Amino acid sequence: MIKFSEEQLKIPKMMKPVYLVTAGQSKFDRAFPGKRTEELCIDALTQAAELIDMTPAELKSYIHTAYYGHFADHFGDQLLGEAVIHDRLGLDPLGTIGVKTGGATGGSTIWEAVKAVASGYSDCALAMGWERMDEVPTDEGNFLISCAADKDWETPLGHIYTGYYAVMAQKYWKVFGKEEDSFRKTLAEIAVKHRGYARMNPYAHGSMNITVDDVLESPVVAFPLRALDCCLMSVGAACCIICDEATAMKLTRNTKNKPLRVWVAAGSHTLRPADRRDMEIPLLPNETADLYKDLGERFPGGDRYPGFTGFLAARMACWYGYRMAGITDPMEDLDVIELHDAFTISDVQTYEDIGLRPYGEGRDFVESGDCYHTNPHTGQSGRLPSNLSGGLIGCMHAVGATGIMQVFEIATHLWNRWAEIHGDEKRWKSFDREKPADWTDLQVKGAKRALAISHAGVGSHVTSTILMDPDHLLKQDV
Amino acid sequence: MSMFGQVFVKNNQYKIKGDFHHLTPNQPIRNADDSWQLMGVTNPRDMTYIHSYGGEAVFFKSLCQGKLMATRCDNPDCESRGTIYQPFRIHCMECLGKNTVIDMTDLAKNTATIHTFMVCNRSGAFTILDKPIKFINIEFDGVATILMSYLSIGEPDIGMKVVPIFKKSSPTYTILDLSWVPAGTPESELPEGFGF
Ligand SMILES: [Zn+2]
Repeated sequence: MIKFSEEQLKIPKMMKPVYLVTAGQSKFDRAFPGKRTEELCIDALTQAAELIDMTPAELKSYIHTAYYGHFADHFGDQLLGEAVIHDRLGLDPLGTIGVKTGGATGGSTIWEAVKAVASGYSDCALAMGWERMDEVPTDEGNFLISCAADKDWETPLGHIYTGYYAVMAQKYWKVFGKEEDSFRKTLAEIAVKHRGYARMNPYAHGSMNITVDDVLESPVVAFPLRALDCCLMSVGAACCIICDEATAMKLTRNTKNKPLRVWVAAGSHTLRPADRRDMEIPLLPNETADLYKDLGERFPGGDRYPGFTGFLAARMACWYGYRMAGITDPMEDLDVIELHDAFTISDVQTYEDIGLRPYGEGRDFVESGDCYHTNPHTGQSGRLPSNLSGGLIGCMHAVGATGIMQVFEIATHLWNRWAEIHGDEKRWKSFDREKPADWTDLQVKGAKRALAISHAGVGSHVTSTILMDPDHLLKQDV
Repeated sequence: MSMFGQVFVKNNQYKIKGDFHHLTPNQPIRNADDSWQLMGVTNPRDMTYIHSYGGEAVFFKSLCQGKLMATRCDNPDCESRGTIYQPFRIHCMECLGKNTVIDMTDLAKNTATIHTFMVCNRSGAFTILDKPIKFINIEFDGVATILMSYLSIGEPDIGMKVVPIFKKSSPTYTILDLSWVPAGTPESELPEGFGF
């Protein structure tokens, strides 16, 4: 049984309020045979400058330290790739560091930038992430990804990360999904939703107009997961600018961006699922122990926590994050979220880890219609729209950039700039993509608070990034 | 014909012989849609790494002898005292003391059941396992953790009783030397080189 000390459960504290000021991203695609990574990073930083009516040179003059998220050196065949980008962005001789936490790299990179500002070390920090996954054939790419598993105990088993991951999906499918056709259909609805929302996003490269049956008829990758249940493999870059209050006010004066308060918290769990030991469920502020006293009776085989069905790292990232930001009920307090939908089933698992529904009942977040921009059952606004970008399934998964793309997306809702940015005909044209005739404005009206979950592989690292309109905080202290 | 790279340890130093890399010329990448203009180059490379098993060497050495080794914390002052780890952990994750190596072969033969599984139709480059790969995660009575491995015969299911098999002839000295079959499988049906 794992136990935590009081010291380990301290609610993280920042020394001053920290703000997200602007963000930007490149086009995302499966491959960019005509662009170097630095060109994509420059695209992202240029957009971040444009959103606050600055030139890149003006914005750069405020940056004091830079944090770069780039997971897989071996994909790009370049150690210290962060130093290459830092130089190409013209940020020498500023202090800089690379961040690597698998799929959570983007979120972790923002975490580092936020801490730098919160501590007073920097007044303005750049968080930039990217990934280059197009420079090896797919089976060698699968080999390289599998190197993120334990090299002696897991990787030799097929060199296929999906295999190490999907055993957990299988357990969830059998224990909590009860192998029901209705649950399988709910998973397919997530794939339809994310690929459909991606159609409204010019940055996205996985947009598809599909039906539940298309998902259910797509090839099996690892039963019950099918090809259309799985995320994309992408190339691209995303960045954001993190500031203290005075700098945030200065950078956004007379612009359409309102500085947004930002908090990031992180959790972790064993790299090998094999090493997970049993423990009590750490409770979020909206949960009581009673909720879980008969979990194993309602879901036979589901009494082992986190077992192979929960992501303890996601639970802890929210355990710390919600308390830092004053969130007492994420369904009530948040307006829009972006989750790490590596697979449709992991999206459902995450609903439970982050407290949108109790453990065992994640599917209801979809079935109730709460997760949609417009609830298909009622025609009204969804209660907590998720992954309006299209997520990893519909928009992109360029590992080091993913967590930053999520934050870019939720910020555009809080700035009330979603339609302006995603609907811009010029942007669609410059990305050589056709804006659909039925393009729909997915702006969440009046959104004031948002959350992004950045997640690594089998759950080794997870961050929760919380953004709030500073006039709609849940608690006043920092 | 070249010789595969080989390594031994002498006087606590690695001694190597044979070929550790092979030269393959790089090639230009050109754009078929634009007059075959130069876009980039290929960078071929084939390397052999030298890797120490350290304190886990006893685990990997024991597989081809038909033994499954685990570890246990016996530190009387440790809250996790008595916890048995499989995968083998050299040090206790609680007190960081050196764990005791124990032979859990009989425990595995008598109590191994499938906790979860996955039949995977894909694999990555450099894989020697045949597809589909039947990943299984195995629970044992009294063991705190759940081992990942692969099933060599039959179709996996949650709760299924399995027994370990070991690659006793031509071992690879990797985790692939350990596999599992349904309890009751006769020795004559085991894959080549494997025995109970
Ligand atoms: Zn101990």
